[in-house]
Amino acid sequence: MGLSPRPEPNLTEISGDEPWITTKLDAFVNWGRKNSLWPMPFGTACCAIEFMATAASKYDIARFGMERQAFSPRQADLLICAGRVPFKLAPVLRRIWQQMPQPKWCISMGACASTGGMFDNYAVVQGIDSIIPVDVYVPGCPPRPEGLLYGILMLQKKIMNERSSDKSLRSEMEPDPTTQLYIPPSVIDEVSEPFGNSIHQTRSGL
Amino acid sequence: MSGRFKPVHAGSALASGAAVPATPRDVPYHGGAMNPAVETLRARFPGAVRRADVVWGETTIIVDRNQVHDVIRWLHDDQTQRYDYLSDVTAVEYRDLERPIEVVWHLRSLPFRRFLRVKALIEKGSSMEVPSVWDIYKSADWLERECYDMFGITFAGHPDLRRLLMWEQYKEGFPLRKDFPLRGRFSRSEQLRQALAANPEARYSKDELSIADAFEELPADMRRRLGAGERTGE
Repeated sequence: MGLSPRPEPNLTEISGDEPWITTKLDAFVNWGRKNSLWPMPFGTACCAIEFMATAASKYDIARFGMERQAFSPRQADLLICAGRVPFKLAPVLRRIWQQMPQPKWCISMGACASTGGMFDNYAVVQGIDSIIPVDVYVPGCPPRPEGLLYGILMLQKKIMNERSSDKSLRSEMEPDPTTQLYIPPSVIDEVSEPFGNSIHQTRSGL
Repeated sequence: MSGRFKPVHAGSALASGAAVPATPRDVPYHGGAMNPAVETLRARFPGAVRRADVVWGETTIIVDRNQVHDVIRWLHDDQTQRYDYLSDVTAVEYRDLERPIEVVWHLRSLPFRRFLRVKALIEKGSSMEVPSVWDIYKSADWLERECYDMFGITFAGHPDLRRLLMWEQYKEGFPLRKDFPLRGRFSRSEQLRQALAANPEARYSKDELSIADAFEELPADMRRRLGAGERTGE
C-alpha cells in the first residue's frame, strides 16, 4: 500500500552556506496541510470501533500526521463520520460541519455513512453526502483499519492536488434557506433509491 | 448511596426452607405450573382475567383493558405478590389485521422470584387508549413514551406523553404499525428537509427530570432563561 513516507518531488534543496529551497506555494502549503490533519471522529456505530483500532498503536494514524484527535469541531479539519446517521442526528451533523473552520475535509467511513447501508428504512439518512459534502468514501461494513488508512491516503493525495486559485474548494456550502438542503431534492430522491447511491457517487465534486 | 433506596434481595420473601428457584430445565412449550397470582386474581377481580396461558414456563394473562390498572396496582401492593419491578411495556401488532393489538406489561417480583406477563387487547377500530401505570412504577415513564412513539397507543394518566425515539415534530405516523411503510411515508428529500428543520439544541426543558434535579446548580443566566420557560439553545 506504500505506507512508508517518500520524499516529495516538488521540494528541491540547493546546497550553499544557508540551506534554502524553492517550490510552488501550493505544493508547500498542501504538503503542510496533508501531513498535519486533525481528525474529528463522529462515531455512531461499529465503524467507530474500527476507527479506534486505526488510531491505536498497531495501525497508528499518527504516522500520517494525525497525532492529535480533535474532539471539538472548532479545532478539527477532518471529519470522519463513522457509522449510520439517523434523521434525528442529521441537524447535529450539519451543525458540527458548519462549526469546523476552513480548510476542512470529510471522510464518510463505511457503508451506512456513505449510502445508508442495509438500513434502507424510515429512520436512517441514505448517505451523509445529502447533509454535508464528502471528500472520500470508504466502503466496508465496517472497513478494516487498512481500508480507512487507504482512504486517508487518498484524501492526502487529493489535498496535494488542491490549487489555491480554485476558490470553490474553500467556499462554504450554502444550503437553500427554506429547505436547508444543499443539493436538489430530486437528486436526493434519486440517489436514495436502492443501489442509487452506488451508481451516482460523483456528486460531491470528486 | 442515597438513603431513599432500600435494597431488595432476590428471593428474600420466600419461606425459609422453601426450594430456591433455579433455572428451570426441560420446560414444555405449553403447559406447566401456572403463576400462583392467577388464581388469586380470578377470585379477587371476577371477570378481569379473560385468559391465562403458560408458554415456555412463563405465565401470560390477558386482562380486561379497563381493569389493567387495578390489577397491576394490586400485584404491586399486595404483600403476597410484591411485583416491584416493571421490566417492559410494549405492544404487539399482528400481520393478521383482524387480530387486536396487544399491549404487554412485563412484571417481575424480585422478593418472590416470579415473572408475570400481563396483556390487554385493543380491538381494531376501537380507541387506542389504555391506562398508564406511571403512578405505580416510575420506570413506566419512558417505556410508555416509546410505546406511544412506535405504536400510537395513548397511556391515560401519563404525565408527559411525548415521542421518545423519533423527534417530537415527526409527522409520518407510528413506525412499528403494520400499515406503516418501511421507508416512511414521505420522500427522502422531504424527510431530510423536515429533519434538518429541527433545532438540535432545543431538546431540553426545565421540566425534564435530569435538568430539574440539577436546576439549582446551573449558571445564573441559564437558571433565569429556563425559569422563564425558555428552552435551551433557542
